[in-house]
Amino acid sequence: MIDLILEVLSWISILGGIFFMIVGTVGIVRMPDVYTRLHAAGMTDTMGAGLLLLGMCFQAGPTLVLVRLVLIYAFLLFTSPISTHALASAALSGGVEPYTVPVDRSGKLNSLNGEQNF
Amino acid sequence: MLRAFGLGAILFIFWLLLSGHYTPMLIGFGLGSCGLIVYLAMRMDLVDHEGVPLQLGGRFWVYFPWLMKEIFIANVNVARVILNPKLPISPVVTHFRASQKSDLGKTIYANSITLTPGTITTSIEGQDLEIHALTLKDIDGREEDEMDHRVSWVESGSRGNS
Repeated sequence: MIDLILEVLSWISILGGIFFMIVGTVGIVRMPDVYTRLHAAGMTDTMGAGLLLLGMCFQAGPTLVLVRLVLIYAFLLFTSPISTHALASAALSGGVEPYTVPVDRSGKLNSLNGEQNF
Repeated sequence: MLRAFGLGAILFIFWLLLSGHYTPMLIGFGLGSCGLIVYLAMRMDLVDHEGVPLQLGGRFWVYFPWLMKEIFIANVNVARVILNPKLPISPVVTHFRASQKSDLGKTIYANSITLTPGTITTSIEGQDLEIHALTLKDIDGREEDEMDHRVSWVESGSRGNS
């Protein structure tokens, strides 16, 4: 019984992780500039990898492998914001202007499929 | 000195967890290499309140589950923005004030902001954080204020002895 529950939890986590990975990748393609793409890429680091590792933790059970999976996620949480920050500040100091959404006459923000100016 | 022992203990636990072989010879190698690393770290002057932040202690583990919850909520929000056919983004660069006193506290705050999808810290000058946000909704200030308070609380566990 407990095996079945662990198996189901593991599958839910792994499928959720795959979902966030795919959505993050779609986001990287859809977003207009480097900064907004970083937001989408951040999803694959935190949620995508996190849920995949959580699913693997359920598969591993209470072993040393579990500890190692947790450590992998801990290192990911320390390193991924630093690389994101390095990319963003490199783009800023390289003079890449952040994309902003054009504002129409009524002061309302246009979404991307309105007028595009890039 | 306490920090050096702490670093040694953490490194040795790390070695035990990663090796999985508990023969006297391998444990001896572990002790030897941990000792060498602590010695090198002390010579490089890395064993201080930033390199070995033992003073954060338990408070970090109270903050961490809350951060995980925020990351989850923000991920769902960003996923909904990406999957929305209209792609309703309104990217904006804005500034926040950090109330943390130490560089370590500010780093925890800035990294927490970056980890939460939808907001990225692009630079820190003094107490001023420059944030790039994916949508205007991401920076309405409520989550950030609460995060700021919580990080300050984590940091204040260290005040006085750092």
